[in-house]
Amino acid sequence: MATNVLMPQLGESIVEGTIVRWNKKVGDRVLQEEPLFEVSTDKVDAEIPSPVAGIITKILAAEGDTVLVDTIVALIGEHEEVEASGSNDDGSPSSQMEERLLDSDGVDSGFVQPGERNQLVNQGFSPVVRRLAAEHQIDPNTISGTGTGGRVTRADVLRAAREMESVPGRVEPMTAMRSRIAERMVESRRTSAHVHTVFDVDFSRVSELRASHRSTYEEVGDKLSYLVFVAKVVVDALQEVPIVNASMDGSNIVYSADVNLGIAVALDWGLIAPVIRNAHTKTMVELSRSIGDLSNRARSKQLLPEEVVGGTFTVTNPGVFGSIFGMPIINQPQLAILCMGAVEARPAVVNGEIVAQPRSYLTLAFDHRIIDGAVADRFMSSVKEHLENFEESLL
Amino acid sequence: MARQSVLEVRKLGMMPYAEALQIQQTLVRQRRDNEVSDVLLLVEHPHVVTLGVNARHRLSNLLVTPSQLSAMGVELHDVTRGGDVTYHGPGQLVGYPILDLRPDRCDVHRYVRDLETVIMRTVLMFGVRSSRIPGLTGVWVGDDKLAAIGVRLSRWVTSHGFALNISTDLKYFDLIRPCGIDRKGVTSLSRITGSRVLYESVESVLIKEFGSVFDCVVNSQGAVL
Repeated sequence: MATNVLMPQLGESIVEGTIVRWNKKVGDRVLQEEPLFEVSTDKVDAEIPSPVAGIITKILAAEGDTVLVDTIVALIGEHEEVEASGSNDDGSPSSQMEERLLDSDGVDSGFVQPGERNQLVNQGFSPVVRRLAAEHQIDPNTISGTGTGGRVTRADVLRAAREMESVPGRVEPMTAMRSRIAERMVESRRTSAHVHTVFDVDFSRVSELRASHRSTYEEVGDKLSYLVFVAKVVVDALQEVPIVNASMDGSNIVYSADVNLGIAVALDWGLIAPVIRNAHTKTMVELSRSIGDLSNRARSKQLLPEEVVGGTFTVTNPGVFGSIFGMPIINQPQLAILCMGAVEARPAVVNGEIVAQPRSYLTLAFDHRIIDGAVADRFMSSVKEHLENFEESLL
Repeated sequence: MARQSVLEVRKLGMMPYAEALQIQQTLVRQRRDNEVSDVLLLVEHPHVVTLGVNARHRLSNLLVTPSQLSAMGVELHDVTRGGDVTYHGPGQLVGYPILDLRPDRCDVHRYVRDLETVIMRTVLMFGVRSSRIPGLTGVWVGDDKLAAIGVRLSRWVTSHGFALNISTDLKYFDLIRPCGIDRKGVTSLSRITGSRVLYESVESVLIKEFGSVFDCVVNSQGAVL
């Protein structure tokens, strides 16, 4: 007969607790009073002992879950009645309350939240199919299903999307975002006197530093991309040449003591440049983290309104798509934008010899109404110099 | 008539974090088995950043890399107490009450609030008005945190506790996002009062207030080395 393990009440007015860690997993033996799991509430971490001795047969709440007091969080049995509970591919217990739902054609169609499972049964389209169809702006009812019983699978949605794109003479109105981008691009060209200057930068030093430090960053889920190095060097150079960090307000030039750095993020349905505020006060670790966080939230449409305004300078990186250098359009009301080309091994001349080096073309588009060529080149020379001689202690 | 419980106060002086942690762990076991009375450990730590059990991606509350920390002479420790990342260092009064909350004080909310009350009353003696922020454990002066709290319960015996900034060098807090909370600052008694505040004075006031809030008779000992 199984014994229920309940979420304890740690205080009179406490109604819930968050499970921080399970000390045992399904199938493990536990003694009475042996620490079984840990609960956190209000900066207190409490070790909860097992009410009885036995074998854990089920774990019903996972690490990270917040549950109400008296909820059954686990079952302890006397025999080896181990039931298959949520587990990951490598056999380890799931760390979230999620299950993999396999399509009828055996293809993993992604994670389903427990609540969504009921909806699947009711509407006939799995959540992942509905999500994918919405992204491609297709009504799932118009898709013919090749799954069991005519069910629409993920593959069916992707096929329908491809078919839509190849239909000749297809007419589609601009989405709101697309019109806004279109308007801003044309407006910017009309407003600024765009001039472009290109610098060829040796990325040997940056590549070396990236190779030796990236695992430290990746260990905590951060990316040490070339963009992070460029962002750091750019915010420093902007403080040396402040006019490049200024913005226009009518016919006034507004200088800013702060560098609010915009990072262009390509989206499936458009383009956006969320802003890292006070980028000049951030360490490399913070920049890397902000870039990762803003990009992810941009793609999942979770940016806050204040994160997409107030930029003083923008960096864009089409190099990741293969472009060797760009001629970008300035993000109004800013006065300049820096574009990174692909970092590629190229021949260079060093001491009269031809050597292979990782190099990249960096382009600065600047507004010649306000910034003159010599100033722009002074800024870019500083960027080039600091990248080619990157300070290791900054990492 | 209720018999007041006895609280033994042990001043550990300047002691590395790991060593104090071991002392705590021994005391917790002893307290649980009723071999000792309630104990309040008071200590000062050399520079250390501790990562609590709450931090999901624990190192993401660190704003520099672990190797940069060690280059600065700051230790790094993982600990199983509530709360996220915090910093301890010279000038900070750290207290670890090892109390058995049974039979009639088994309420974590109340325990944490009582610790906050002890600190709030202590700093009031130095002319500092502090407050609580609903939902954010700790003692605050405006938007700045004056004292942090992080507690562990093992079958209702408490360990870890609180850290009160007396003359702590606050720039070390720039290395972390304290308790995973963005955009709130930290402060110290020295910074608020604008003058030197004696560590020993704060310590003795705190001990008195602890006895008063927790309703116990204090039995002080000298530094245990």
